[in-house]
Amino acid sequence: MNSLILRTTTGFLLSLLVLFSVYLMLRGHNAPGGGFIGGLTATAALTLYAFAFDVATVRKMLRIDPLSVAGLGLVLALVSGLPGMLGGDAFLTSRWAVLALPGGTEIHLGTPLLFDFGVYLVVIGVGCAVLLTMAEERGE
Amino acid sequence: MNLLLVAPILLPMLTAALCLLAWKSVRVQRWLGVAGSAALLASALALFAEVHGRGIAVSHAGEWAAPFGITLAADLLGALMVVLGGIVGLMVAVYSLGSIDEGRERFGFHPLVQILLMGVCGAFLTGDLFNLYVWFEVLLMASFVLTALGGERAQMEGAIKYVTLNLVSSAIFLAALGLLYGLTHSLNMADVSLRLAKLNYPALENLLAVLFFIAFGIKAAVFPLFFWLPASYHTMPVSVSALFAGLLTKVGVYALIRVFTLVFRDDVEFIKELMLVVACLTMAVGVLGAVAQMEMRRILSFHIVSQIGYMIIGLALMTPLALAGTVFYLAHHIIVKTNLFLVSGAVARATGSFELKKVGGLYAAQPGLALLFLIPALSLAGIPPLSGFWGKYILVKAGLESGQVVLVVAALAVSVFTMISMMKIWSEAFWKPHPLGLTPAPVGLLNGPIAAMAAMTLLIGFGVEPMMQLAQRSAQQLLDPQNYIQAVLEARK
Repeated sequence: MNSLILRTTTGFLLSLLVLFSVYLMLRGHNAPGGGFIGGLTATAALTLYAFAFDVATVRKMLRIDPLSVAGLGLVLALVSGLPGMLGGDAFLTSRWAVLALPGGTEIHLGTPLLFDFGVYLVVIGVGCAVLLTMAEERGE
Repeated sequence: MNLLLVAPILLPMLTAALCLLAWKSVRVQRWLGVAGSAALLASALALFAEVHGRGIAVSHAGEWAAPFGITLAADLLGALMVVLGGIVGLMVAVYSLGSIDEGRERFGFHPLVQILLMGVCGAFLTGDLFNLYVWFEVLLMASFVLTALGGERAQMEGAIKYVTLNLVSSAIFLAALGLLYGLTHSLNMADVSLRLAKLNYPALENLLAVLFFIAFGIKAAVFPLFFWLPASYHTMPVSVSALFAGLLTKVGVYALIRVFTLVFRDDVEFIKELMLVVACLTMAVGVLGAVAQMEMRRILSFHIVSQIGYMIIGLALMTPLALAGTVFYLAHHIIVKTNLFLVSGAVARATGSFELKKVGGLYAAQPGLALLFLIPALSLAGIPPLSGFWGKYILVKAGLESGQVVLVVAALAVSVFTMISMMKIWSEAFWKPHPLGLTPAPVGLLNGPIAAMAAMTLLIGFGVEPMMQLAQRSAQQLLDPQNYIQAVLEARK
């Protein structure tokens, strides 16, 4: 598609949507959201970009193959289950650390967040692999 | 104990993830596949040693206790099945180094095999019926892609039948799960078992038992639900069909054993009768189907069906000896059947075809391969002292003790027909000269896994005593599920 309006707005929208997807992923622990929805949103953003420009641009932007993104996500999700086992508990038992920032803010970092991030990457990777492949086939 | 239980699931998953990271390099993926499968086998052996020495192992993911959490539990049968899964995985990974084409490798053959193994191990280790469904889906997804990967015309035809019937089975399984949950408000197998014992709804329980029997029966390929199997297994690459032949139907048999020893124990007498009839018909129809075939892998596929019948006999009789026979038969069959498919691939590699009319001359050219074929082939037919003889001997003895004469006669007759089929492959592929006078090509690396699995067949055959003790111990565990239930529901760190 060759539309100046779409291309100009997509430039802004991409960063906004990716930011929103990260926000969705982070709030997922106690509220609606999570890695899966965040990943879908990010995939939608990248797909929009592929519509406005072309598939090759998106592939270049991702730098690594979408399936490798999915592989990385799987490894992260898997690793997030291990800290619990180091303490003698079962696989996937959660572990939390509190990061105290100056100014009284506390950030709770835990293995479920890592798991969510893994899911986020898997969804982006698989979503992009499927959508970009289909878009390429249509283009050829 | 926690690590041992999750390792057989995590290692294939990790291997698959690493294969995805190395998506561009087929060579790296190949060796990752071999290394991952070897690690899986090692972890399975460690789990088996633990379960053998210290009893049923249980782990609740995230420390959420049963019946709410995700339960992993391994008794002797589960651990033994994981070991067999590891063996088949490793053999197929090594075999595919020399047999799978690069096109399939580039589109994810290696990660898919690992995901299939993850699903298989997950199904063997889960203690929760819904998770069993999920693991079935995991292994089915991988198997769907593996069936269709390559996109040859015959393959697509096989894949459509395979996918359709397996989806039907999944739908029935899911419906049964819904009903069971409505009835008992639980899906943890140990918990469901206790709750069902307290309820008194024989009609509903019978309905559920039949639904589970049909759902797992399709996957295990019992009569009359087996048609997808001989329609699809001969269309895939040899590595894939060997993997499927060794493991997939056996996951169905395992699920049948688990459900009918743990979940439905009483009030389902009539399903035992049904199973006996089904077992007889499965044996007979499978073996008769094979007689009519002239393509090696189609013959072998029909024999999978007929051998599943033997395993169901033991489950239907439900005596300690019969169930031990089923466990023994499972172990023997997985090794022998995988090996026969691997041999068929080597024959096709050497002579250029799977059609018995078009091959020949292998005995003269490669007596070693001929011997390696004879070991699993005679074992499948039940010639002493090979592993298949003992499996059949135990089941026949159990059948006689239960007074099932018809069953015993059928089992023995089916053995004779199995022998005929194996001799057909022997005389056509090995004994007669090649119809075009070609000299068979060497098969190189393919001999390795075939020889290793033939050695395992001999080991089971000659070391029958320890294997039988193992089968009897695991049959005892299955027949007295109190220990399993207690281990699952009371497991604390």
